[in-house]
Amino acid sequence: MTGNLVEIRNLRVEATTDSGRRLEIIKGVSLDIAEGEIVALIGESGSGKTTIALTLMGYTRQGCKITGGEVRVGGVDMVGLSETERAGIRGTTVAYVPQSAAAAFNPAITIMDQVVEVAQIHKLMPAAQARAKAISLFRALSLPEPEAIGDRYPHQVSGGQLQRLAAAMALIGQPKIVIFDEPTTALDVTTQVEVLRAFKTVTRQHNIAGIYVSHDLAVVAQIADRIVVLKDGEIRETGTTSEILEHARHPYTQELLAAFRPKAQERVPEIETTANLPLLMVDQLTVGYGSRLRNGEPLVSAVQSVSLRLDRGRNLGVIGESGCGKSTLARAIAGILPAHAGGITFNGRELGKAGRSRTRNELRQIQIVFQHADTALNPAKSVEDILGRPLTFYHGTRGKARDARISELLDLVRLPKSVRQRRPGELSGGQKQRVNFARALAAEPTLILCDEITSALDTVVAAAVIELLKELQRELGLSYIFISHDLSVVEAICDEIIVMYRGQKVEEITPVRSKVPEHPYTRLLFSSVPKLDPTWLDGLQQDPEQVRTYCHH
Amino acid sequence: MRRQISSLVMRRLLIALITLLIVSIAVFSATALLPGDTATILLGQSATPEAVEGLRKAMHLNDPAIIRFLKWIAGIFQGDFGTSYANNVPIANLIHGRLANTMKLAGLTAAIAVPFALTLGITAAMWRGTLYDRIVTVATIGIISVPEFMIATLAVLLFAVYLKWLPALSFTNETKSFYDLMRTYAMPVMTLTFGVSAQMIRMTRAAVVETLNTPYVEMALLKGASRPRMVLRHALPNALGPIVNAVALSLSYLLGGVIIVETIFNYPGIAKLMVDAVSTRDLPLIQTCAMIFCLGYLALITAADIVAVLSNPRLR
Repeated sequence: MTGNLVEIRNLRVEATTDSGRRLEIIKGVSLDIAEGEIVALIGESGSGKTTIALTLMGYTRQGCKITGGEVRVGGVDMVGLSETERAGIRGTTVAYVPQSAAAAFNPAITIMDQVVEVAQIHKLMPAAQARAKAISLFRALSLPEPEAIGDRYPHQVSGGQLQRLAAAMALIGQPKIVIFDEPTTALDVTTQVEVLRAFKTVTRQHNIAGIYVSHDLAVVAQIADRIVVLKDGEIRETGTTSEILEHARHPYTQELLAAFRPKAQERVPEIETTANLPLLMVDQLTVGYGSRLRNGEPLVSAVQSVSLRLDRGRNLGVIGESGCGKSTLARAIAGILPAHAGGITFNGRELGKAGRSRTRNELRQIQIVFQHADTALNPAKSVEDILGRPLTFYHGTRGKARDARISELLDLVRLPKSVRQRRPGELSGGQKQRVNFARALAAEPTLILCDEITSALDTVVAAAVIELLKELQRELGLSYIFISHDLSVVEAICDEIIVMYRGQKVEEITPVRSKVPEHPYTRLLFSSVPKLDPTWLDGLQQDPEQVRTYCHH
Repeated sequence: MRRQISSLVMRRLLIALITLLIVSIAVFSATALLPGDTATILLGQSATPEAVEGLRKAMHLNDPAIIRFLKWIAGIFQGDFGTSYANNVPIANLIHGRLANTMKLAGLTAAIAVPFALTLGITAAMWRGTLYDRIVTVATIGIISVPEFMIATLAVLLFAVYLKWLPALSFTNETKSFYDLMRTYAMPVMTLTFGVSAQMIRMTRAAVVETLNTPYVEMALLKGASRPRMVLRHALPNALGPIVNAVALSLSYLLGGVIIVETIFNYPGIAKLMVDAVSTRDLPLIQTCAMIFCLGYLALITAADIVAVLSNPRLR
């Protein structure tokens, strides 16, 4: 046995596709992790980072198989073990913190029972001792009410708390190494800060090694000692965190870094055009879900009296955390979900609240692009059909003219003509989002509502999509309302930003004029966005009073 | 939470009651729409018009349909199901023994089929993709595809004709000892178990396999859980809703749909009674049998829904 805790040598993993084709997804990866060291695996989706991390437990997802190499954990080669022997190591030597704790907790079992299950399976300690240990872990991970939280069911605690509870579940078996599989990706930024801090403290205290899988360089910079950059199942670059951040050699790493760094707004603030009619005025809009109560109010109101104004050719960003009502606002403007009170004026004309009460031309001018291109595009239709439908519906274009227009649209979103006959399932994530966007463009709108359109995309791909949006705006004179939880994306493209919190607009800021945020929530939100600087998390000072007010709702 | 559950359960029961009312209207109208006049049929072709008219009056057949319906419903609530047209016996007397027989057969079959099917379904899901799973799958699909009368006939041929182990007919009044009882019920129960289990095995396996693909079962695997633990502790509680529904649907078949089995083994159950009633145009008997089938079906489905509600941790 040599010095390192984990030694991966020339690892090869093969996947069998649905059509039965075999594909090598990990092509000879070698990697070492010392005791107590945290190594980050970074790369885009499909680069094989989770696959590599999971081989530490001798596990591959369905359809995948380790075909070569060694994965030594504490001197034992996981590849050669039987399934029972592997099960003995899982949870004790190597533990796993999943990407979505909300999905990884069994909805039918209390949290405590799931946390102590590791101790129960491996007969590590008596039940009472396991419970005591779990409670002390809850406390160490700064969870509220550590004695009582374990008695709840998973749906009764918040996402950030569940993620920390998942860490407690991983740590109870006193593992030597923990796999963190994008553990903060599904969280809001303000919650992410707390969770990252908790992870960092606990791993340091117990001298636990970690493999941290992420696509977010800034998050990784806070917690990792070393960074491994992956692309297409191969290691492109390895180095200490500061080496990678400051002296990246591989072009792909540089691209990752470049995509992350906020671009300076090239836009010159236009003042002269805004004097006349605004494109969109939203006045005291209230939107809700559920059956109407007796006083006419909806059961749950998601947006409360929000007003905004958007001038022609300009962009408005709407930011806030999940559940703050930003998507509901977009759906109400588009007429998908009729507003309950308030007014929407577009181009000087009052619009009907429901899409049904608007004219076809009014519908055409406001288009919405949804977050998940996967679900927004009909998987059974070809790209050609998807783009052709709005052309016929709004403009009556058919035949040759329609074919020509489809080619133009594909050109506009920088997709090759060869994708015309393909179905969405055969396209990459970025390509799908471009088709999704081209469909909105087909209507020739003046306003496009972009609902988190980059959040499902990898950093590099998202940056390219943003660039495309800017170009299209110059060419076609569009306006965007850009909804996101990601401040850097919004800052890159928007002239004005409104911040929403719990259904209300708390602040309006204009980044070009570099107005400093005043509302405490906005300040908390802005300060929580991770920076590439590795010392950022340790140096971050946040008012604990505000964190308590705004994060634990 | 508790109040929410009880209100959900109450609502489900209310829906069952309303359904039952709608069903009774449907049953009544369907029998009323049957062609032919009951009085004429009862008295035969040679009856004088006066005699027919007299009987119609005596049977209240000239009353408006709504009045007859209300009288019928009121009678049911008082335990009076009417009188059989065919042999002038109170329907309650006719049904009594037959219903008990059917319940006996259904109960025995359920007691064997449910544990058998659940065990096979769950273990097939547990060892998904193995030879065992394939054998179970092929066998269940094979049995689903073979009609019940084939299985019943083959069973009679094998066990009664060639091997002479079991009686070919099930005269339930001859059973004196437990051994006799076993011999009488063996073939009908076996035939029904085959038909009913196949469905349950497929549905159970599908429900468990679906929950096995969830991230929380993968998490259990990564905690070092064994396969039985993953299935029994993590997957099964979450698959309970669909499984209970599949069981209820299969069992409801035992209450009214076993006519073929009853006929082949000459088993005096309620399904056979209803078919006889149809051939003698005994409307009150048909109505009562139909109502009993619907009631049984509704009771099972409602029970399954309530179990599904209770097993949902979000409502606990």
